[in-house]
Amino acid sequence: MKQVYFDHAATTPVDPRVFAEMKPYLTEKLGNPSSIYAYGREARKAIDDAREIIANCIGATAQEIVFTSGGTESDNLAIKGVALALKDKGRHIITSAIEHHAVLDSVKFLEKHGFKVTYLPVDSEGMVDVKDLENAITDETILITIMHANNEIGTIQPIKEIGEIAKKHNIVFHSDAVQTVGVLPIDVNELNVDLLTFSAHKLYGPKGVGALYVRKGVRLGTLIHGGGQERKRRAGTENVAGIVGFAKAVELAVAEQKEVNQKVQELRERLFKGLESIPHIRFNGSRTHRLPNNVNVCFEFIEGESLLLNLDMNGIAASSGSACTSGSLDPSHVLLAIGLSHEIAHGSLRLTLGKENTAEEVDYVVEKLEEIVQRLRDMSPLYNG
Amino acid sequence: MYSEKVMDHFQRPRNVGEIPDASGIGEVGNARCGDIMKLWIKVEDNVIVDIKFKTFGCGAAIATSSMITELVMGKTIEEAEKITDKAVAEALDGLPPVKMHCSNLAADALQKAIADYKSKKSDIS
Ligand SMILES: Cc1ncc(COP(=O)(O)O)c(C=O)c1O
Ligand code: FES
Repeated sequence: MKQVYFDHAATTPVDPRVFAEMKPYLTEKLGNPSSIYAYGREARKAIDDAREIIANCIGATAQEIVFTSGGTESDNLAIKGVALALKDKGRHIITSAIEHHAVLDSVKFLEKHGFKVTYLPVDSEGMVDVKDLENAITDETILITIMHANNEIGTIQPIKEIGEIAKKHNIVFHSDAVQTVGVLPIDVNELNVDLLTFSAHKLYGPKGVGALYVRKGVRLGTLIHGGGQERKRRAGTENVAGIVGFAKAVELAVAEQKEVNQKVQELRERLFKGLESIPHIRFNGSRTHRLPNNVNVCFEFIEGESLLLNLDMNGIAASSGSACTSGSLDPSHVLLAIGLSHEIAHGSLRLTLGKENTAEEVDYVVEKLEEIVQRLRDMSPLYNG
Repeated sequence: MYSEKVMDHFQRPRNVGEIPDASGIGEVGNARCGDIMKLWIKVEDNVIVDIKFKTFGCGAAIATSSMITELVMGKTIEEAEKITDKAVAEALDGLPPVKMHCSNLAADALQKAIADYKSKKSDIS
């Protein structure tokens, strides 16, 4: 059967060039970077080089990059780290209603420990209002954490303006850029961010490795104690092969950004156009401030899990924000935050394209979706022809 | 995560549709996640001679709907009244724990359809 992977916001395949760089560090280059003999020095150098490459790609310096186990850990380190370091200065954090759970659950944890959190609402396209943000600031505010682009609906936030406000009020600003590093041009100084989360497996690198950019001078508590790696900010023997692959992946993504985006965006427009022929649908997220690879659509009268199972039976991988797929049986908090009813959120589908996808695959997915949506609607008590 | 039986009923659901001159109709919404199921039954001489469904819900909801129509077809009202959500789940070789509530949907819709049939019958006689 044909296999079509349209879930690149979940994870991406490792680019063969990335894997080629990693391979020696999984086999013959076996050293622990903390060892002083040749094997160790070889591994240490690989990490130093990787740090330099990654820093260059986002306009940072090497000392400002902390390697972690991925986006989730970076979000936790940023939020809890700032809370630990600045808890005597204030205990108020501002975030948005549509953050990834790595951010939301971290601030909720802090709420249980006496911090106050403001969850900024978003408009129907998923945009935060910078005026709301500025109004939410108090003398107690120590951290603003707003994601760069949303992983479900693809909306890109006005990070630069938010960063300016944070700077003006002298508040630490963190952004989860897991969906944007490699995809959008990023310069930490231009964007006015103090802390930036990113992860390798969303940009054709390996799973289980990421980084937190920490602006020089920003105070951060430590969450993981031990051998003192990452300049005591994150202990544990480094994931050498992962870090090497991560650097190669970021480097390639930045170098090939223009061509990849152009290709992926063309495919996305083709997908939008194909889907428009299906009646009773609703596209979610901003059409203009949008990730180049993201389509998020709700099909009325049907439910997302049955949609995903049917797509899977046709070899198509995608995802949904339906309550029935969530485990918690609540629809996606992002879809609810943009004002969708439970019923509409039920029929949501996220299709996220990647550089290896083709126009032929887009046409195949549209054709199958037309069939499946009709079949499920014919089975739905809410649909009348 | 689903058994082969669930996937079979999901892929080839039995008795989808409506019965225009139904003897009883049951419609239930699922409080847990917002799904809706509607069942139509046709009763002759106290026997359910036809049953059809429409479901707005997940794979488990569609499969349990389909399975309950098979379990009920040809049964007397008294036999059908004894069909529980557990029996439906068992007939499907089980459901994942988070999906057990979906089988309530089908069982509840059936009991409502039967109640609807009974109330209509008492109206006539
Ligand atoms: C916006 C966002 N933040 C954080 C994460 C978590 O990243 P990771 O899977 O590397 O822990 C993801 C990916 O699921 C994401 O999309
Ligand atoms: S009907 Fe929603 S989880 Fe099954």
